[in-house]
Amino acid sequence: MDLSQYFTSSDIAGITPEIILTLTALVVLTLEMARVFRPGIILLVAASGLVLAGTALVQGGNDDKILFGGMLYLNTFSMFFDFLYLFVGLLTLIFSQGYLEKMGSETRGEYPALILFAVIGMMLMTRANDLVMVFLGLELLSLSLYVLVGFLRHNLLSNESGLKYLLLGAFATGFFLFGAALTFGATGTTNFSGIASAIAAGTVLSEIYLYLGIGFLLIGFAFKVALAPFHMWSPDVYQGAPTTVTGFLCTAPKAAGFGAMLKVFMIAFPEAFPEWQDIFWVLAVLTMTVGNISALVQSNVKRMLAFSSVSHAGYLVMGILVKDIAGVSAVLFYLIVYSAMNLGAFAIISLAEKDEQSLTFKQFRGLASQNPLLSGALAIFMVSLAGFPPTAGFIAKYGLFSAAIAKGYIWLVVIAVLNTVVSFYYYFRIIVNMYMRDEKVGLQPSTGLLTAGILALLIAIVFILGITPGYLLEITVDVATAVS
Amino acid sequence: MIVPLEHVILLSLALFSIGVFGVLFRRNAITIFMSIELMLNAVNLALVGFSRYYDSVDGQVFVFLVMTLAAAEVAVGLAIIIALYRNRQTVNIDEINLLKN
Amino acid sequence: MIENYFPIFIVFIVAAGFTFVSLIMTHILGPRITNPVKLMPYESGVDPLAETRIRFSIRFFIIALLFIIFDIEIIFLYPWAVVFKDFLSFGSFIFFEMVIFLAILVFGYVYVWRNGALDWE
Repeated sequence: MDLSQYFTSSDIAGITPEIILTLTALVVLTLEMARVFRPGIILLVAASGLVLAGTALVQGGNDDKILFGGMLYLNTFSMFFDFLYLFVGLLTLIFSQGYLEKMGSETRGEYPALILFAVIGMMLMTRANDLVMVFLGLELLSLSLYVLVGFLRHNLLSNESGLKYLLLGAFATGFFLFGAALTFGATGTTNFSGIASAIAAGTVLSEIYLYLGIGFLLIGFAFKVALAPFHMWSPDVYQGAPTTVTGFLCTAPKAAGFGAMLKVFMIAFPEAFPEWQDIFWVLAVLTMTVGNISALVQSNVKRMLAFSSVSHAGYLVMGILVKDIAGVSAVLFYLIVYSAMNLGAFAIISLAEKDEQSLTFKQFRGLASQNPLLSGALAIFMVSLAGFPPTAGFIAKYGLFSAAIAKGYIWLVVIAVLNTVVSFYYYFRIIVNMYMRDEKVGLQPSTGLLTAGILALLIAIVFILGITPGYLLEITVDVATAVS
Repeated sequence: MIVPLEHVILLSLALFSIGVFGVLFRRNAITIFMSIELMLNAVNLALVGFSRYYDSVDGQVFVFLVMTLAAAEVAVGLAIIIALYRNRQTVNIDEINLLKN
Repeated sequence: MIENYFPIFIVFIVAAGFTFVSLIMTHILGPRITNPVKLMPYESGVDPLAETRIRFSIRFFIIALLFIIFDIEIIFLYPWAVVFKDFLSFGSFIFFEMVIFLAILVFGYVYVWRNGALDWE
């Protein structure tokens, strides 16, 4: 056996970003242990680690590389997602500044360290070329998130959502693993290309194992990205988690889940795919409808946004169903826009929150007269989430719907458009509440200069991508070509 | 192979189903956790069975990783359950219901 | 395609059926003759001394947690030790690989120690 093909120096060079992030996380924990530094410095170290990892990523170039004997596969697709995670991680760290203290928790270095570990896990998920690696990345991500969700140890809501997320997340992991085991059993390998060639060659041990394996893998993914009917955990978890963590939770991990799902279903199971089309169709319709209908009746803003993110996941499934370059590129575009909008919205909610409560619609009354800039920003994010031109939300939805129509899914698009119309109600409800006059204003959000600057940047992204989406569309089409 | 592969997989499926039923019908957080461990062990059994069938060690390496994950999950899970118990004095998930609309 | 799943449904039904049937059968068939000795908890024939429901200190759980984490990492050392000599001919990377792994574990240990999780008080 030739062992020298594993662990060459180019393998190590390929995972430089992960190594940098790991070292940064350890340094952050050491600073926490030393207890001599101000919390701002810990956040700064973590943020510079993310920036450094980004530079290493640029240095590494975007040519295709297979690392560690087929465990990781680096290409423009993985690189696209890597930058998304680093960006979301950085913004989450900036927005978290001072939030934990406000919620009555002592500042801990674990918080930025866990965010860094979660970013590493997500990077491994979309770089993976093997079910084992997807599993490891997914679990590194999930374990970090369980702790982050329950991070406010003395807050009952945070505790409860941590427990719920953990139990359902671990349950989903069981399904994912059983699916991976059965796929391994059917094809004799866990490598994506190995699985695909085994299916193509017809050397599958048993069709039952294979289809059951794919089904279980799909259930596992559906839990992790909260597709109906496996979305029940998400409102509880989103509501109870610290708001900055919720912002992180509904953007980057969701992108990672969809990225890994795209990779698994497009590279490993392209042959078996036609048989799963109907299931994806049903999943898409169920997810968007259930998400939107449930969001209508919520009184808590974080819960409303949780259901809204469920419905957005439904739109994204449409892109996976379409599966061609237009569909995948629309998914990628949507993920970027969706991340920008949700990060901004949750950041503003975290600014508005006072100690240990989560906000209802009524509490937003009169915010516009109190703080016109912040309310204006929140209104822009809501309009974009609803999908109105000239915001990026419109272009993103338009891309997905037109890709689906081109493939002949007319009814699916009709249902999606109806759902979008329904969603206007709950997005505008918050805007109407903000601009309603109310003498006793409850919320008194205060913004730091840095946070305000980042929010302005996100608004700029929403408008620039809404008016001239061409540049990013070129990139996403390019990236989509790499996996199709 | 003395034991046919099908038997191993059927046993593993049965264990997995029992774990799923346990998660769905039990109300105690610790018991739910044990049911999840049962699911993971069913996975391990299937992996070892397939690994033996294909005469490769890939599946067994996977088992190691699953075991490590199970331990890490237990550690995080028990920590969260302890934190919750300190605040609420219960681990019954029917009584843990503050989060709703 | 859907008929391929038939065996799986059978397994689910058998698993569920076995549980319910055996529970119901013991309920129906089991004779209900009780006496104080029979109701006593079985402890290998020895009379029970006290309540089994004593409250453990939370410290036990934390120590157990840490033990599980560090104990399970040993499983990576065994296969490593088995192939160590074969891999050594390809350079010393295999050695440093494990040194890095253990260094991260030791870091975790120091972290736990420093944060007072090992103090019994």
